[in-house]
Amino acid sequence: MDENLIVESLSPIERLTLPAVKKDFEGVDEVSFKTSQDKTTVLRAITFLKNKGLVETKELERRVVDLGVLGINYLKKELPERTLLNCVFHKRELPISEIKNACGLNDNESKISLGTLKKKGFVIIEDGKLKIAKKFDDISVKFPEELFLEKLPLDFSTLSKEELALVEELKSRREIIQIETDKITSVKLTELGLKISKLNPKNDLIEQLTPEILRKSSWKGKTFRRYDLSFPVPKIYGGKRHFVNQAKDYAKSIWLEMGFKEMTGNLVETSFWVFDSLFTAQDHPVREMQDTFYLKNLTGKLPVKVDKKEKDIILEIKKAHEGKVEGSLGWKYDWNENDARKILLRTHTTSLSARKLLEISKTNEFPAKYFAIGKCFRNETIDWSHGFEFNQTEGIVVDENANFRQLLGYLVDFYKKMGYEKIRIRPAYFAYTEPSLEIDIFHPVHKKWVELGGAGMFRPEVTIPIFGRHIPVLAWGQGFDRIITEFFKINDLREVYKNDITKLREMRYWRK
Amino acid sequence: MTILTFSKKEFEVKVGKFTKEIEEKITMMGTPIDSIDGDEISVEVFPNRPDLLSFQNFTRAVLMFIGKKSIQKFNLNKPEKNLIVNVEKAVKGVRPYTVCAVAKDLKLDDSKIKELIDLQEKLHGSIGRKRKKLAIGIYPLDKIKFPIRFTSKRFDEISFVPLESKKEMNAKSILKNHPAGIEYGHLLEGHQVYPVFIDADGKILSMPPIINSDETGRINEKTKEVFIECSGFNLHYLNKALNIIVSTLIEMNAKVYQVNVKDSSGNFISPDMSSQEVKFKLEDVNKTLGLSLTEKQIKTYLAKMGIDFMSSKSGYTALVPALRTDILHWIDLTEEIAIAYGYENFVPEVPKISTIAQEDISEKRKNTISTILSSLGLIETSSFHLTNKKDIKKMHFDFKEFLEIENSKTERDTLRMDILSNLLQILSENSNSSYPQKIFEIGVTFSKDKSNKTETGVNEKCSLAIALTDEVISFTDAVQVLEYLFKMLDEEFKIEQVENSNYIAGRVGRILVSGKEIGFIGEIAPRVLRNWKLKMPVASIEIDLEFLLGSRNNL
Repeated sequence: MDENLIVESLSPIERLTLPAVKKDFEGVDEVSFKTSQDKTTVLRAITFLKNKGLVETKELERRVVDLGVLGINYLKKELPERTLLNCVFHKRELPISEIKNACGLNDNESKISLGTLKKKGFVIIEDGKLKIAKKFDDISVKFPEELFLEKLPLDFSTLSKEELALVEELKSRREIIQIETDKITSVKLTELGLKISKLNPKNDLIEQLTPEILRKSSWKGKTFRRYDLSFPVPKIYGGKRHFVNQAKDYAKSIWLEMGFKEMTGNLVETSFWVFDSLFTAQDHPVREMQDTFYLKNLTGKLPVKVDKKEKDIILEIKKAHEGKVEGSLGWKYDWNENDARKILLRTHTTSLSARKLLEISKTNEFPAKYFAIGKCFRNETIDWSHGFEFNQTEGIVVDENANFRQLLGYLVDFYKKMGYEKIRIRPAYFAYTEPSLEIDIFHPVHKKWVELGGAGMFRPEVTIPIFGRHIPVLAWGQGFDRIITEFFKINDLREVYKNDITKLREMRYWRK
Repeated sequence: MTILTFSKKEFEVKVGKFTKEIEEKITMMGTPIDSIDGDEISVEVFPNRPDLLSFQNFTRAVLMFIGKKSIQKFNLNKPEKNLIVNVEKAVKGVRPYTVCAVAKDLKLDDSKIKELIDLQEKLHGSIGRKRKKLAIGIYPLDKIKFPIRFTSKRFDEISFVPLESKKEMNAKSILKNHPAGIEYGHLLEGHQVYPVFIDADGKILSMPPIINSDETGRINEKTKEVFIECSGFNLHYLNKALNIIVSTLIEMNAKVYQVNVKDSSGNFISPDMSSQEVKFKLEDVNKTLGLSLTEKQIKTYLAKMGIDFMSSKSGYTALVPALRTDILHWIDLTEEIAIAYGYENFVPEVPKISTIAQEDISEKRKNTISTILSSLGLIETSSFHLTNKKDIKKMHFDFKEFLEIENSKTERDTLRMDILSNLLQILSENSNSSYPQKIFEIGVTFSKDKSNKTETGVNEKCSLAIALTDEVISFTDAVQVLEYLFKMLDEEFKIEQVENSNYIAGRVGRILVSGKEIGFIGEIAPRVLRNWKLKMPVASIEIDLEFLLGSRNNL
């Protein structure tokens, strides 16, 4: 980078700090002292300068002599030997037994102070009384200990012989000083830093454009300080739609682009619409309680004829189950209306399609294409690939000319737009479709083919009771949550409805 | 899900090397590979194909599918003179039908015995609907004496040593104490008499659908000849189950003999393995699949699926083997042809038909609300419709109108009646995330329909809930959000002071639109916060969106 541009990009603290950095390593404390900035600010400035390649840093370990807990206290007041000395000086003489009370010292302090003063030759003991030694004349002269404590903290390696002796002496007294190992950052100029530093960074760069600068046009002829664009900034998060709903909106747009109309409807349904209208035998295992959420103590109503001309849909469905639809064996049993009245949480969105077919049959307006994306419920124990609540995307195409290849066409197109170029389409079984298929994708983490959802063409036993004749209907109900988890890097379906706010904040937006 | 497990070695002996290609073929035949674990291979068998639940039938199907075997004819031997089963009137009220067969020249070993027992159990579980619809018994022929009676007796007249027991037990004790009795006894509940098979010497062979006699109901590797019966309520399914077993035995090179069943409702010879004839039109198949297959191709594809084909002036007829349960209609043949053609070989096509797209208006409006609230920095959550009573009561302590689920496998067994409770739960689980936390959710809530207008007895409403929490949060914060939302929607609302113990007194209002109450706004009461273990104050809104979206009930 151009050296002038570097100069222009220096922030005020960098401009202040850079000239204080030397060619050789020096501690940050020194830089802080020289620039009259606090240490944190200097460290920030050094980080910025380092990012620009102007300084180099290294971490050094050093032993530091510093004040201990008592040392801090004594420095604030005075050392106990100073207390004792003043006390004796004022009273002229002091009986040894009264030292404690007269000077306000504890046992330990009085013992040590007495010893120290005697050793220094400041006091003498006569007849059990403490007196000032004659050779001592000025008590205001500071002790070397006092001078030393005032200088702390000090780098151990810089201590003089006398100071080392003081350290030894003070160490033997409790908690006056302590020796710590400390990490210090040292900093020096790089070659580039040296050049820049010689350019004598200007101080008149505009840091912040203000209304005042604008008003006065004082920016003219001046330079704005250049920013370091790579510097990390504090994170912010926005409000957003739940990620499943983001993907749902996108999937909706796929169906809408293909000319589909949206179906919606109740989550709580009668068995009639979830099972019976879809030719699911009344003794089929899916209808058992261990697979389906039935509601307690409720009995539903079955559709009623509004006018006499209308067909009796209940009778037609009964006929289909009992093998009375032309060309069909049916299930060879007596269909029971009461089973159809049971209330349940829909196990698939295909109940919406069944209702829609009946509606379409009243006008016979087709080709007709409908889709839905909505919640379904299964009484399952949950694991990474199973939830008891999940979304399905449903679709039907009602058209005299609909065929199996078109069914594949719609699905392959949909999956391609959802980001799946490669899917496996294989035979499958559903009571209400024939031919039927299942779509699998290979799960990259679990290394397993994962079923996404079923599809097929509605059986004549489904269409004839509703339309009076067999009209081809392409139909699918694809497990939606499983389709989108890969994009959101979710490997466990249990994560989908966990509502972890931190994760929701950080979760990427749906995009294809 | 029903799984067929077999040994890779045995498969390779019968079919050939188990390559990646054959693995894929098996899936594309309609029996997806479930797992491969060393020598053990498991495939999923769909409920419409109980005929594939035996290794013998499965490998035959694979051989035909890959073109290594032609259609199997199942040869049966005419009944020997004494092979008679009398179905007496006495059994009609409790278990009306049985179909039977005799198999000779068996060469059983451990693995074949296991296969037969497995097949029997899998048929009980699937097509037999846990023995409710049908039950199967297999007996060594040398232990029993024809003719056999299928009749019923009062439970105190039935006494024999059941399998897995050493002592003689009477019927009552079997139902009460024997494991099979405990599991299946409910199937005989309410009956004064129980069905039994009795041989010419008066020995009780079994009491279906519960248990066989230990003396006559156990086969081993020395067994060369067996009697098989299948009893239940529907001759169609009984025949299918028996045929699946018989075809398995034929594949094991046994000779199968028919039996004369003298039934008070009509005599017949069993098993009946004549093919099921299904008429179809070539054009219907082609139209359904979007292909233009020729008669010859159809014949080849059906043969791969084990189905024979006849062409006559009146059209085409498929001859479906008697062990198949899934061909109810000609439409089922189209899938057979599609599978043989290969799902992977279809060329997908999106037809050029024009229809007009339409998004549901209330879904659109919900999206708009979501967009407005997101723009205020609120995060949308998505939680379950199922909850439990304990969680509902954390806020609505005197609520009683629960909508409960029968036998939920999880702790969640009640439909939610509000969304605010979900949001409070979310806040309580997220105390580690940074504050403020502002969340909302739009979703369905449920209540009992007392007006009896709905089809289901359940009212479904679309609601919006908003919860705001921070060290300092107040009524004002909630009102600001509500005001902005309504301003953007160009709707008017009023807040009216109200008493509601879920909120702090004097800091809760009901929200009115056109004079109608649609919800509440306020600061959540400390009692509720404590119940949810919340450590920060919460201001909230919950409103019913019906005024904007219309009713969502099927009336």
